[in-house]
This record gives sequence, structure tokens and C-alpha cells, in this order.
Amino acid sequence: MNNFISFKRLYLSYSAWWLFWALAHFHIAYHYGLPLYPAMVDALIYSTMLATAGSVIYNILRYYQPNQSNLFYLRIWALLNTIIVNVLFNVVMKHLYASDIQYLTFLEASMPVRILYSLLMIVVLTFISTMWFFLISQKQEEENRRIAEKLAKDAELVGLRQQLQPHFLFNSLNSISALAGSRPQEARKMIQQLSEFLRGTLKKDDKQLVRMEEELNHLSLYLEIEKVRFGHRLHTEIKCGNTHHLLLPPLLVQPLVENAIKFGLYDTTDVVDIVIETTEDENKNLHIRITNPFDPLTANPQKGAGFGLSSVQRRLYLLYARNDLLQTTYKDNIFTTTVIIPQV
Amino acid sequence: MKCIIIDDEPLARSVVAEYLQTYEDIKLMQECGDGFEGVKAIVQHEPDLVFLDIQMPKVNGFEMLELLEQTPAVIFTTAFDEYAMKAFEAHAVDYLLKPFSKERFDQAIEKWRAVHAHQVSQQNVKDLVEDVTSNVSETDRVVVKNGQNIRIIPVQDIDFIEAYDDYVKIHVQDIYFLKKKTMSFFEKTLDPKQFVRIHRSFIVQVSQITRIEQNDREHYEAILKSGKTVALSRNGYTRLKEVLGW
Repeated sequence: MNNFISFKRLYLSYSAWWLFWALAHFHIAYHYGLPLYPAMVDALIYSTMLATAGSVIYNILRYYQPNQSNLFYLRIWALLNTIIVNVLFNVVMKHLYASDIQYLTFLEASMPVRILYSLLMIVVLTFISTMWFFLISQKQEEENRRIAEKLAKDAELVGLRQQLQPHFLFNSLNSISALAGSRPQEARKMIQQLSEFLRGTLKKDDKQLVRMEEELNHLSLYLEIEKVRFGHRLHTEIKCGNTHHLLLPPLLVQPLVENAIKFGLYDTTDVVDIVIETTEDENKNLHIRITNPFDPLTANPQKGAGFGLSSVQRRLYLLYARNDLLQTTYKDNIFTTTVIIPQV
Repeated sequence: MKCIIIDDEPLARSVVAEYLQTYEDIKLMQECGDGFEGVKAIVQHEPDLVFLDIQMPKVNGFEMLELLEQTPAVIFTTAFDEYAMKAFEAHAVDYLLKPFSKERFDQAIEKWRAVHAHQVSQQNVKDLVEDVTSNVSETDRVVVKNGQNIRIIPVQDIDFIEAYDDYVKIHVQDIYFLKKKTMSFFEKTLDPKQFVRIHRSFIVQVSQITRIEQNDREHYEAILKSGKTVALSRNGYTRLKEVLGW
């Protein structure tokens, strides 16, 4: 579509360009002393021939773009065109004005100027055409690259979001298997919670922001399942005050909590307290803070920040183009993960 | 027949316990929630069979087995661990993928009964542990047993490691811990930029070295921050120079 419009405009400007040169040509010939009519015919036919040669070059370049190494052929081609135009013009005019001595003398005398002029024109047109197609291909390449990048980014976002931990899934199924024997009611409840959780991870579009409220619902499903798995060892507390209405990318909090639980549970043998706290700052941005215990003697906090954190970091970067939205600190035996979600 | 279950998830333990009820000759001695309890229970009960989870708090299943003098017969139970699964297959050690059926469980028990009479199954487990622990790319901690206590030593706390017959002495400040491993095991698993084998009998953490002294024409010594001196061989000296980029 875009190409068609620019083609039409190109066609018009090309015609205008040649009309201008035809007029100039006529003016010079007329001024030189040629009668009105032959001057007009001369200018018209010569300009039309050059214009045709120019458009032939344009159309050839459209399908075949020379690279650095065969620019030489382009020069030969331009030269050949110049010769063809001038020979053809001579043949035609000598045939048309076979008996007009004044015109034939003019034609003879003007030949060197004509050759120079036509060569210059064709070289200029070749150059412009080459540049033109070069720019178009450049633009197309850029567009392709942009599309490829966008596709890659989307795919990455989907991949990062749907990184469901197989450990979590199979261990949950194992818990259900255990419950099925002794406490079938609880087994059924857990199946239902797990299904709802899984459904929640499947349907979300990354760019469609969700309300904190919705995210917390999803999170509590997850926590219910983890509590069945780990029993009394896992304590969680959610403090979210007045932030239910704030927006955030879907499924962002759950991997952070999963990371905190894993970090906490595998690093201590005692009860693990996980606190999830959300607040709104003075700029109306959403702050999410997750704390978990860790043992500084055995855990390496830098290394302990596992896959969960790096994937969230990457997502935030892809969505907000910022690398400072996720931060971790540790003090005494508490590891804190903080995420800031800008509210647009 | 005595058996023990070690798994950090109570429900996961209860499945195994439930399945075991059909075997009158197998007595469940104890259920353990982590590797520390597991080591104690194994030492105390000397079980004929251990059901062992891999991912557990503090010390994982493999690290726990490393702490034992006598490797028991083990059936691993795991949810998902591609790497470990390959290792199990390679060493013909049986494992149950959670969730597992009673039929699969019975198979595992049958298999265990068949090979139990032979020492070969214990040896297989031993080889498996050796294989798994030496193949983790760059360990960041070493688990040792000190009498009844288990200690997890972050590698950056290790001053140096000294060969000691079939054992090695892991020196941390003024004390050392014994571990039944070879020098080449540590040479292979520790970060080669951080730990250098400077002598047939010594691996030293490079950042612990304060200076190097030449005793006579042939003999060098490395003086550590703790004040200890460690012999430095000719080859060790060359290796150290390479790492430090002299």
C-alpha cells in the first residue's frame, strides 16, 4: 500500500523533473536560433528518450541491486545507455528533418553538448535510483529486524512466564496421591486447587496488566498447595493494605514467592516464615516486598538467588526497559526481595 | 528387615509408609524430615533399606550419603531430576518417580530383595554418590561429619586441604575435619581459580596465601593468613604462578 503511494508520487516527480529539463532544452534551442516548431520537437523527443533510458535503468535496478564489486558494470551500463539514446536520436531526427539544413547543422554542432548532458543525466539518474533502492532495502531490513526482535521478545516473555517448576507439579501430585488413600476429601480439594492454579498460569497475556487482587488470589492458591506439601514447616503472611487496585504484569509475584519458599525451606530445618508485603509509594508505584529466612553460614545469598529471580528480572526488563526494579538485600538471617512496579 | 524413610514432605513419607504396610517382614524404624536426622537414624538403626529423597533442606540426599561410613541399600524417591535420573540408570540404582504406583513400589522392593544378598548394590550406590558429587560443576560447599555433628563448610572458608591416608584433612582456621575423599576429587570439584594444588599433599585457597618463602634452592613454602606454612612443590609453584598470572 505504502509502496504504491510512493510509486505514484515518484512517477509524478519524475515526469515533473523531465518536463523541467524539456522546457530548459527548448528554451536553449529556441534561443540558439532554431524555429519554434523544430525546437519543440527536438526538446520533446530528446527528453522522452532520456526519460525512457532513465526509467529502464530504474526498473533494472529494482530487481537487481549491484554490490560494491560489480559497480563497474553499472558504469558500463550508463555509458551504453548514453550511446544508444544519442545514436537513436540522430537516426530519428535525421529522418524527420532530412531536408532541413539549418536543423541538421544545429544537430551536428550540438552533439558534444548533448553527449555530455545525456551522460550527466543518466549518471545522476542511475545514482539516484541506486540510492533509492538502497534506502528501501535498508528500511525493509530494519523493519524485518524489528519484527524479528518483537517476536523474539514476545516468545521470551511467554517462556519466562510459563516456567512452571516440574518439581512443584510432580510433588503436588505425589501429595495428592498420599491424600487419596487416607483423606480423599482433602485430595479432591487439592486437585481442584492445583487445577485452578494451573489454569491461572495458562490464560494470561503478558502485556495485559492485572490487578494486585487477582494476583493475590492466584498466589493464595499456590500457597495453599505448598502448605499441604510442607505441613507445619511453612508459615506465610500476606499484608497488602490498600493496594488491591494497583496493576502489575500477571504471574510476577508467584515465582518470587516460590523462590523465597525454596530458599527458606531448603536452607533451614525449622519453621519457615514467608512475609509478603505490598505498599504504594508517594509516586503511586507498587512495591512488593518478600522476606524469607536464610542461614548466612551455609547459603550464599548471591548464589541463592535462583532462577526465579533472574527470570523476573528479565521480564521486568523486557516490559519496562529497566534493570533496577528488582532488588535483593540480606540482613541478619533475613533475605528480602523487593520489586517496584511502575504504574503507568 | 529394617527400613527408614527420609523425605522433607510429610505426605511423601506417608505414601511410602502406607505402601510398606503390606510387607510384614519390613519394619519401618523411623521417618526423617531432613538429612541430619537421616544420618543419625541410619547410624542408630543400621537399616537394610533406606527410601531417600534427593531435594531436602540443608544437605541433599547425595550429600547425606557421603557422610556415612557404610553406604546402606537405597531406593531413591524423586519428583523430577533429569540429571540424577541419568546417574541412577548409569549405576543401576533403583529409583521411584513421584507419584509412583503400588505396583512400581512392589517392583522396587522385589528388586531390592533380589540383590540385597550381594554387596554389589551397596557398591553401586557408593559409585553413584561419588559420580554425582564429583560431577557438579564447581561445588560451593563441603559437608562433613564431626563426631555426631554435621557441618556444612562454604568453600571460601577452607584454608587448605591436606592428604591424610585414605582421608583428607579440611583445614578451617585452627581446626580440621576429616573426610573420606581423594585429593584429586577436590582438585576436580573445586574452582581451579580459587583452589590450587600446590603440592602432592596440599590444595590451598589462593586468597589465603600471604607470601611465599624460599627455604633453600629447591624448597618453597607458602605462608597462609592463619600463620600456617604449607610446602610448595616445584610443579605446584608453576601452577600457582599460572593462576595468579605472574
